[in-house]
Amino acid sequence: MRVGLFVTCVNDTLRPSTGRAVVTLLERLGVRVDFPTAQSCCGQPLYNTGYRHGAEPLLLRTAAAFADHEYVVTPSASCAAMVRDAYPRIAARAAAEGRPGEAARLRAAAERLVPRTYELTEFLVDVLGVVDVGARFPHTVTYHPTCHGLRALGLRDRPRRLLEHVEGLELRELEGADECCGFGGTFAVKNAAVSAAMGADKARAITRTGAAAVCAADNSCLLHIGGTLAREDSPVRTLHLAEILACTDGVVP
Amino acid sequence: MSRTYLGMPAFPRAAAESTRDGTLRANLRHATHTIRAKRAAAVAELEDWERLRAAGAAVKDRTLHHLDHYLPLLEENVTRAGGTVHWAADADEANRIVTDLVRATGEREVVKVKSMVTQETGLNAALEEAGIRAYETDLAELIVQLGDDLPSHILVPAIHRGRREIRDVFRDRMADWGRPAPEGLTDRPADLAEAARLHLREKFLRCKVGISGANFMVAETGTLVVVESEGNGRMCLTLPETLISVVGIEKTVPTWRDLEIYLQLLPRSSTAERMNPYTSMWTGTTDEDGPRDFHLVLLDNGRTDTLADEVGRQALRCIRCSACLNVCPVYERAGGHAYGSPYPGPIGAILTPQLRGLASPLEESLPFASSLCGACYEVCPVAIDIPEVLVHLRERVVEGGPVTVGGNRTVIRPAKRHALERAAMRAAGWAFDHPAALRRAQRLAARTRRVHPRRLPGPGRAWSDTRELPEVPEESFRDWWARTRGERP
Repeated sequence: MRVGLFVTCVNDTLRPSTGRAVVTLLERLGVRVDFPTAQSCCGQPLYNTGYRHGAEPLLLRTAAAFADHEYVVTPSASCAAMVRDAYPRIAARAAAEGRPGEAARLRAAAERLVPRTYELTEFLVDVLGVVDVGARFPHTVTYHPTCHGLRALGLRDRPRRLLEHVEGLELRELEGADECCGFGGTFAVKNAAVSAAMGADKARAITRTGAAAVCAADNSCLLHIGGTLAREDSPVRTLHLAEILACTDGVVP
Repeated sequence: MSRTYLGMPAFPRAAAESTRDGTLRANLRHATHTIRAKRAAAVAELEDWERLRAAGAAVKDRTLHHLDHYLPLLEENVTRAGGTVHWAADADEANRIVTDLVRATGEREVVKVKSMVTQETGLNAALEEAGIRAYETDLAELIVQLGDDLPSHILVPAIHRGRREIRDVFRDRMADWGRPAPEGLTDRPADLAEAARLHLREKFLRCKVGISGANFMVAETGTLVVVESEGNGRMCLTLPETLISVVGIEKTVPTWRDLEIYLQLLPRSSTAERMNPYTSMWTGTTDEDGPRDFHLVLLDNGRTDTLADEVGRQALRCIRCSACLNVCPVYERAGGHAYGSPYPGPIGAILTPQLRGLASPLEESLPFASSLCGACYEVCPVAIDIPEVLVHLRERVVEGGPVTVGGNRTVIRPAKRHALERAAMRAAGWAFDHPAALRRAQRLAARTRRVHPRRLPGPGRAWSDTRELPEVPEESFRDWWARTRGERP
């Protein structure tokens, strides 16, 4: 099974430990992981801010980079949702604008990529059919389900089932778990006051769990949550779910 | 003088201020979280909710697509039943029609049923200018009117007020509008309701003209429908001699059969009830019963232009239930006034910029007043994909593009204040499409990581004022892969 790792620009640049954890985890489960270097960003920051046309070349680039992979796996729920929901929409909008040539290319690229693209926990549970990945992490952890994972992808209990099978891990319930953390990409700076208020409420709920770490399936949310926790001197650290699942000795790399 | 929404600041500025108001935040948090849980329970009772929701969307879409058929049919049936139909292209025309109709009766005061659309047109202020006093009779609208305030929620316009504030408003202001508040009024909800009941009763009995909106208009019979909880609507719809209803053209449904869908979707979504307490339906006029004169003012006010936008038009499905407000984390912190329109929350963020056009910095800012968390779409009983429309409207703001204004197709230019952002996005797009350049930038950031500031200047402060910056790692994932997997970078 040949899997293309779509690491995403945020992880590549700011959280390479998550990418390394996905490689460790998948290889441990017998998957051959490939990292096509032609990949970059899925285009989400541009698309969500209104720059749809700027996202078009990134759609084509992403699809081309993973043209030969049976599966494309990404440790980011929002980037997976970008591919699944927005890529077909970008193609449809180009057609509606009377640009049939580009629309056809975008549609073909989206149609090839979308059915092969999986968020990490989907790939583990649905494709590999595992919930016990052989991880050991003897710490208290709480889980923030992120909006794109929860509502756009509908990950439901996949992440939770994976966490429940981690040896030694104690999962703490997070109050208001399904509420947005307030990141929202450029929303975090365009409406900084509201974003910060949402972040502060989320950080408070996380700290109240008494967990040593908060994990999620999306590092962009965790950068905002982690930045807020750190500013408030909270002892809780942020970890990508993959980093916990990759862990076998109880120590995060 | 009635307050209006004119000249309100852009959303981020208004929201920055209201977010700091601890009392407001606590009130809103309590109110929205309570109704949120109740709605979820009421919806969970119906096994076919998802199918009802799909039907609700489909019937609205089809009706909106064929308004050219259903509106004349509605007019024909209202007229046949003894009503008179007026067409208003915009808010001013609607206000003029209503003012003239009230003047023709010789009356100087009217009672009003809670109505979003007359908030949209600013009817009360227009009537006031013509020397006509409009009395709001919905409890929350009464609180807003007496307090010289603005509504901040579709269903609960005074949601931003606590009961002590309401007591003070009643005590201090009721006398200016009619029967004063009882001596020694407490802030107990039952006492407050009784004070309102006594205050309003004399108006119901005295006023000869009633003004309403409508939740639905049934084209096949010309029947109007108002759903409500308090019974004040029933009073206004039945006691006066003249009834004037101002209704947006998108409220049309073809048949009574279609009402079946919405009368299930609406109460469960808005008040979390299986059925609302009062459902009033009337068809024209009836001898010896109810108003002798009935006028229907059909309002466009940007709706036809909105209908021309193939992504944005789904906003016209809205049945004003306010479920999207109650689940919205942004609304919960910022409050309704920050949206600068009678339509606050997620639905307002897509409705206001379309109905009014991207007319000012406020309308331009509304599509960005969301973290795109998707909670609104999840609860919308007519499946309006609010995040999709928000992103679409963001594009109109930053890139410009085709819009319809006053029935004419035109192309708008990108908003000026986004020039810097546009340049940054273009640069980011270029770098992402040139991974070699991206790698150089990553390495530069890694080499300089020890001297990165903890706080950013300029626009970056918006991040670093409340959040630590992420630490840049020594090595990007890309470089790690190249180094450990022996592939050439």
